[in-house]
Amino acid sequence: MTVTLPPYEDVLARYEPVIGLETHVELGTRTKMFCGCPIDFGGQPNTRICPVCLGLPGSLPVANRAAIEATIRIGLALNCTIAPWSRFARKNYFYPDMPKNYQISQYDEPLCVDGWLDVEVEGSLVRVEIERVHLEEDTGKTQHVGGATGRIHGATESLVDYNRAGIPLVEIVTKPVPGTGALAPIVARAYVTELRDVIRSLGVSDVRMEQGSLRCDVNTSLSRPGEEWGTRTETKNVNSLRSVERAVRTEMIRQASVLDAGGKIKQETRHFSEETGDTRPGRSKETATDYRYFPEPDLAPLAPDLEWVASLKAALPELPRVHRKRLQADWGLSDLDMQSVLNAGAVELIEETVAAGASPEGARKWWLGELARRANESGIELVEVGATPAQVAELQRLVDEGKLNDKLARAVLEGVIAGEGSPTEIMTARGLGVVSDTGALTAAVDEAIAANPDVAAKIREGKVAAAGALIGAVMKTTRGQADAKTVRDLIIARLS
Amino acid sequence: MSDLTRMTAVQLAAAIAGGEASATEVAEAHLDRIAEVDDRVHAFLHVDAEGARAAAREVDERRSAGEPLGPLAGVPVGVKDIVATRGVPTTAGSKILEGWRPPYDATIVERMRAAGLVILGKTNLDEFAMGSSTEYSAYGPSYNPWDLTRIPGGSGGGSAAALAAYEAPLTVGTDTGGSIRQPGAVTGTVGAKPTYGGTSRYGLVAFSSSLDTPGPCARTVEDAALLHSVLAGHDPRDSTSIPQPVPDVVGAARRGATGDLSGVRLGLVREFSGEGAEPGVMAAFRDGLDALTKLGAEVVEVSCPHFQYALPAYYLIAPSECSSNLARFDGVRYGLRVGDDGVKALEEVMSLTREAGFGPEVKRRVIIGTYALSSGYYDAYYGQAQKVRTLITRDFTAAFEQVDVLVSPTTPFVAFPLGSRTSDPYQMYLADLFTIPTNLYGGPAISVPCGLSEGLPVGFQVMAPTLADDRMYRVAAALESAVGTLTPGELS
Repeated sequence: MTVTLPPYEDVLARYEPVIGLETHVELGTRTKMFCGCPIDFGGQPNTRICPVCLGLPGSLPVANRAAIEATIRIGLALNCTIAPWSRFARKNYFYPDMPKNYQISQYDEPLCVDGWLDVEVEGSLVRVEIERVHLEEDTGKTQHVGGATGRIHGATESLVDYNRAGIPLVEIVTKPVPGTGALAPIVARAYVTELRDVIRSLGVSDVRMEQGSLRCDVNTSLSRPGEEWGTRTETKNVNSLRSVERAVRTEMIRQASVLDAGGKIKQETRHFSEETGDTRPGRSKETATDYRYFPEPDLAPLAPDLEWVASLKAALPELPRVHRKRLQADWGLSDLDMQSVLNAGAVELIEETVAAGASPEGARKWWLGELARRANESGIELVEVGATPAQVAELQRLVDEGKLNDKLARAVLEGVIAGEGSPTEIMTARGLGVVSDTGALTAAVDEAIAANPDVAAKIREGKVAAAGALIGAVMKTTRGQADAKTVRDLIIARLS
Repeated sequence: MSDLTRMTAVQLAAAIAGGEASATEVAEAHLDRIAEVDDRVHAFLHVDAEGARAAAREVDERRSAGEPLGPLAGVPVGVKDIVATRGVPTTAGSKILEGWRPPYDATIVERMRAAGLVILGKTNLDEFAMGSSTEYSAYGPSYNPWDLTRIPGGSGGGSAAALAAYEAPLTVGTDTGGSIRQPGAVTGTVGAKPTYGGTSRYGLVAFSSSLDTPGPCARTVEDAALLHSVLAGHDPRDSTSIPQPVPDVVGAARRGATGDLSGVRLGLVREFSGEGAEPGVMAAFRDGLDALTKLGAEVVEVSCPHFQYALPAYYLIAPSECSSNLARFDGVRYGLRVGDDGVKALEEVMSLTREAGFGPEVKRRVIIGTYALSSGYYDAYYGQAQKVRTLITRDFTAAFEQVDVLVSPTTPFVAFPLGSRTSDPYQMYLADLFTIPTNLYGGPAISVPCGLSEGLPVGFQVMAPTLADDRMYRVAAALESAVGTLTPGELS
């Protein structure tokens, strides 16, 4: 059946969206939430496990203080109230990647409540209210093998890796965000971006969406103006910032087409597809899951010491938004220029490049120019392009020192990206340095004069502007490595 | 040397330390006794003869090397099969864990090994410690050495029967609603439940996390106190473990054995005086009370009005927690797996495994607990039961403002015949009528023999305030000094 989807603009003419976001962040603590197993991305399956995170009979959890501290710091950075008394709860459901068939989470007594995060969207601030920030343990990972698709259907075996089981996971839940209209997808993306930056600035997680250390579920609903909020769907498997925006947009369009046809939105979990950009229903549950929450009897309640919380609050770093304002001033950028830096995801890269010694202009030129172009071409993020801020700073220094010109610098950069070494090493190895040694150039200049007697005559007559043709000829024979100014000086000296 | 199996732990430790008997000889004597009688008593689910011999040999070597030995070094001990023992089968009395060998030791097992105790093997219990007779063990019941047609109590009936049959001088139990004390009472032995959190739960296969408490079982109060002091102490791996120092329970037991209780006020719980208990049990209890009065104790009647709600509250809290704790037994990671034919869905395999692996009492409690925690019923059941628990705690706190300890019979009836209560769960639950309030409160309690009724042992329960475990040992030791220990006849 082919469904005709309405254009986005039409959706907004008839409906108002309400969005909400649930974000899970894997904390980068040294050890897991309730045991001493180390946390590292990757690794052989089932090597970072012990009786506790495997949920063996008789094992007991002990809460990780560093994880509680990180959660409180996230809560404080999001302007939350830190609960004076909070508890862990058991969320009971059967699933093979959950070792105990219950997850230690928090229910009605979370660690942090009632905060907000201001995000900048098209020059103005949108306040996203935070309902709660709580701490829980991650589950293992199930892998279906033997089938063609890697999905459960058709698989001959399901393998479970418990390395991830028990990694501390912070869940950040927003209140519903109404009233953003056409900007809803952009607000969603801006919120996740800002949240990511805030958490990264706290140093508590590497917040890498592509590695799953930041995961996002997007709730979307539509209603006609003046009517009650509609039924929401929850979209999972949203694995990049771009996907956050796309998921909200496509889900708004899909819901509008259902409502337009007189249908009803089912409250369900949907899965976003990176390939097609649309959402598909998840496995439908005939009955609502009853998680039978109750207070975790194996753990004492959490009552964070007020002085401790106050000291954590006092030690919070500058928030990314404030930090960005300061950088913009330092770098002398207009709002528009700063926006393009932000859009390119280049703030930190430029900041680090400047810290490594480059001028703000030089750093910005590379990251927003050549490197952005290459990232775009390959469809990757700027951070993944293969050059580090230190390398870019070194490259710019070589240009500033006159050892490379722009064209040569781009060739060196190619070598950097190819992993051939530092800019200086590549310049030497590939013989790409600017030739300004007059001895080596004189022969080339003489050759050019001899080959172009007409031009030489003009220059002798004082028409110095004609020197350009000879410079071009010299550059050609030196494969662009000559320093243009030196060549010009040589030509004029020879012909006067 | 007299029969090593008839000696107390104190005597055995002294004999080993003094070189009158080696730890190996002591271990062999008990292994022989187990081989001789356990086919009739069935106290053990698994005898670890090799492990016991190795541990005994180590004690002997340490002694000959002149190393200092702890007060229980070389003394054999049986461990309830719900406590994880590294490399040694741990079934919790359930088919669902048949063949499981834990890769780690429970904290209390580590502590016993470090103290030089010699672990003989694992003792029988009602499946997952749910029951009062061992008749719910998936591996068949244990039998009471006083009368082999009767139950040895439960859930720790194996630990109690092993003591009464002289198969071990010490055993370890776990007490969630009376599983140490009630078996102690009906076998004429001593069983102590420490303050909740006083002994680590790390490595106890969880039944009801907020109630489970491991503790010592012995034939004398002093032996129990010695084992208590080995088991107890703060454990960073158990978040509910208490950091306070362990009370001097051994000193208190020795002081009590001098027979002087002057100035000690005993609280007689009005709500427990008579109703529901057999007349013979009440008579023996009153004899015990008289004996304590003669030693200088004062008896004060106190009222604990909410104790009457303890049983129903317990039968909501414990099943609720157990429904969650037992969810992990699904055939995915360890233990039994049924129906995995490569065709059936995972949910079906889980379901078939649990259907085949759990016995009737476990299923009953998992279902009750699942219901009590479910949305819409939580407040009426689990939530309400937690409120009752608070009221019971207040009853205890108020009572302990008037008296030093509370006393009652341990259990309303003497050892009943096998099969006489299995058809009616409520009749079985009544066995824990007097023991359950303490579990809900979290304080310590001990059962010590106070006499016989119809030729069968009766237990006397002493309940103390939380962290005052020493107090109950003092009173129990005094009673023991007055009425003596009970010795069953030859096994028949």
